[in-house]
Amino acid sequence: MAAESLERILGEHPFFGGMEEPYLQLFVDCASNVRFNAGEMIFREGEEANTFYLIRHGRVALETSAPQCGSVIIETLGEGNVLGWSWLVAPFRWRFDARAMEPIRAIALDGRCLRGRSEEDHDLGYELMKRCAQVMEQRLQAARLQLLDVYGGGVRSKR
Amino acid sequence: MRKSSQSAEPAVLERDQLRWLLAALVNRGYRVLGPTVRDQAIVYDDLASLEDAPVGWADEQSGGTYRLKKRADKALFGYAHGPTSPKKFLHPSVVRLWRAEGGGNGFQMEEGPEEAAKLAFIGVRSCELHAIAVQDKVFLDGKYSDPVYKARRQDNFIVAVNCGHAGGTCFCVSMNTGPKATLGFDLALTEVLEATRHYFVAEVGSRLGGKVLDQVPHKAASGQEKAAAERIVAKTAGQMGRSMDTKGIKELLYRNYENPRWEDVAKRCLTCGNCTMVCPTCFCTTVEDITDLTGEHVERWRKLDSCFTMDFSYIHGGSVRSSPRARYRQWMTHKLATWIDQFGTSGCVGCGRCITWCPVGIDITEETGAIRDSEKEPKERRMPRGRRKS
Amino acid sequence: MVTLSDPMAPSPFRVRRVKKETYDTFTLEFDPANGANGFSFAPGQFNMVYVPGVGEVPISISGDPGQTQTLIHTVRSVGTVTEKICARGPGGVVGVRGPFGTSWPVEEAAGSDVVIVCGGIGLAPLRPALYYVMANREKYGRVVLLYGARTPEDLLYKDELPKWRGHFDLEVEVTVDSATDGWRGNVGVVTTLIPPARFDPESTVAMVCGPEVMMRFTLVELERRGVPAENTYISMERNMKCALGFCGHCQFGPTFVCKEGPVFRYDQVQPFFARREI
Repeated sequence: MAAESLERILGEHPFFGGMEEPYLQLFVDCASNVRFNAGEMIFREGEEANTFYLIRHGRVALETSAPQCGSVIIETLGEGNVLGWSWLVAPFRWRFDARAMEPIRAIALDGRCLRGRSEEDHDLGYELMKRCAQVMEQRLQAARLQLLDVYGGGVRSKR
Repeated sequence: MRKSSQSAEPAVLERDQLRWLLAALVNRGYRVLGPTVRDQAIVYDDLASLEDAPVGWADEQSGGTYRLKKRADKALFGYAHGPTSPKKFLHPSVVRLWRAEGGGNGFQMEEGPEEAAKLAFIGVRSCELHAIAVQDKVFLDGKYSDPVYKARRQDNFIVAVNCGHAGGTCFCVSMNTGPKATLGFDLALTEVLEATRHYFVAEVGSRLGGKVLDQVPHKAASGQEKAAAERIVAKTAGQMGRSMDTKGIKELLYRNYENPRWEDVAKRCLTCGNCTMVCPTCFCTTVEDITDLTGEHVERWRKLDSCFTMDFSYIHGGSVRSSPRARYRQWMTHKLATWIDQFGTSGCVGCGRCITWCPVGIDITEETGAIRDSEKEPKERRMPRGRRKS
Repeated sequence: MVTLSDPMAPSPFRVRRVKKETYDTFTLEFDPANGANGFSFAPGQFNMVYVPGVGEVPISISGDPGQTQTLIHTVRSVGTVTEKICARGPGGVVGVRGPFGTSWPVEEAAGSDVVIVCGGIGLAPLRPALYYVMANREKYGRVVLLYGARTPEDLLYKDELPKWRGHFDLEVEVTVDSATDGWRGNVGVVTTLIPPARFDPESTVAMVCGPEVMMRFTLVELERRGVPAENTYISMERNMKCALGFCGHCQFGPTFVCKEGPVFRYDQVQPFFARREI
């Protein structure tokens, strides 16, 4: 896919919305199209986190594994979602497995490169942090609602 | 709501002639209810004769306190009010709604609510008249009307009494609900006791009131007699020990759902629900479906309920209002604020019963005042009212 | 003699069919047992359902408002009365009073996109709205159903969901809070389905139903998408004893859920919706 096309896709994506031009070009330079087959592991728990993804098509399962239960899906992320923020937050290691549930097309961004540039250019770092914080906030809220288990026995009230 | 009839002039009845009023009502088929002393309190019950009235009794009321005291005279209505009100008969605390035969394979309705005799009340205070008007709005003015209330309210005959002294907890003046009866009565009496004479000045409030009065020996009231009655009412109005500032009260309470005062009152409130039981406007009920052992005879009963119970707001999983703070807040905010949005009037008629019958003497006027004060600048706040700290 | 015009007197209805939706939730179909011609209601309304001698509870009507011969309720067994209702087999009789309450704005939504967000048993009171919209499909823009349940086993209407999904003019997304083996669908809370859903926030009517916590989180996401509060509707639940506005139990701020609800326009209850213990 041509670079102009990547620029358009990134420019239109909410994660990069409002990003100033020189930075947008930087992201385009750090971006590439990738594909995963159904069942393929995109990243594994514990590995170094150096890449993050914008999912363009397909669903990814974020999961972990426990001896008694095998793989347990925490959450699925679909088209339009950002996959991964551990590349920007120390210790820069993935916390969960990410498995392609079906064929995946995504844009991969070189997180390690962006990390390095952020250390030099704090304005860039701030822009990235702001956006990652937004993603984290949404995931945290969703996780908390999941934790409340509202459908099951009902939210327990204090007596 | 019957308006005060302007046409008839006030009449005067001597004390001895009052029994003819009772007789006239009995002859017309009314079940006559009036005040009587029972269990050291003055309550409404069937009045067989005027001698059953609390002759010579007065009451002493203040926060958490109610005592009867013997008067030096023989006044019939020389008290303010007791723990009951006409609500006891218009909105009974226990009533069967219907009875049905059958069970899980089908049922057939057999009987609806019991028919009630037409009711006459003697001794109703102005605050109680307003309370009846408030409940009329709740039960008769909406999309549905309550058949039990409607049947009992129909054909009422009400003999009101203008209070001769303010009860210790009353604040009807600030609520515009008394002490003079101005609406909803057929006859209104003011009891006058002079050195040698005991009489009643009677105001006619409806055509039927006029007709019944015609069956009682009476004369037109003289200017002096009318003035005596007016003086008594004016004196009562000046004796109020409390007042409720109702200016913007709805918005005040809507703004203050999280006011720390609620925590303060929650420390004192026992959630016993006494206030809801004695309040003449509290109307909440619960429904009980029962069956006998065969399961073939089923009934539905309605009982008075209180928003102070844990069950009141229970939905699967728990109660919506489980803390005492939330439950007191619900009661007071409903009474003074949300009631206005729901029914167009305040739910409070300023009778003060809730203050008298609260075991710890929580005072709705004081609580409202404290919330109002908390919004003022510190130097504008009034001195705290004298409340004995236990 | 008690006439049926006494609003506290139930009418008998006989169970025609029972379908088990999940381990604790059943859909029951009823016919009137007293010769009446079916039952009409507006989507979002509820009945007071009576088990003779046991008690009475408010249950949303979950059938098709365009199909009046049968009355359908989806009931979750959470207490004495609902347990007995769910245990009624075909031929068993319950009492019904209703319908009561306000309804989903299905007519007012004509010309707009329609977004239905529900969680758990919250799909039951919204199913009638979905039926109505589908029966009048040409009046609406995009129609989106977002549904979340605890686990795949807890999904309601498991036969109908794929049928709805199969419509070319209906977007259906389903998610579960936690997955079990073999589930290949979305995992995560229903709010995560809102950002990517295809609808025009400026011209959308949103209808939301589920546990209060889920509704609160959903309203945040809808607001984030730009759906105005005046175009968002929720369905509330409170303790009810009479459904006529007399018993006082269902009060929610200044409203009675049985009279001004259960369907509320969100902006009208916003000031006290998120208040604790109100």
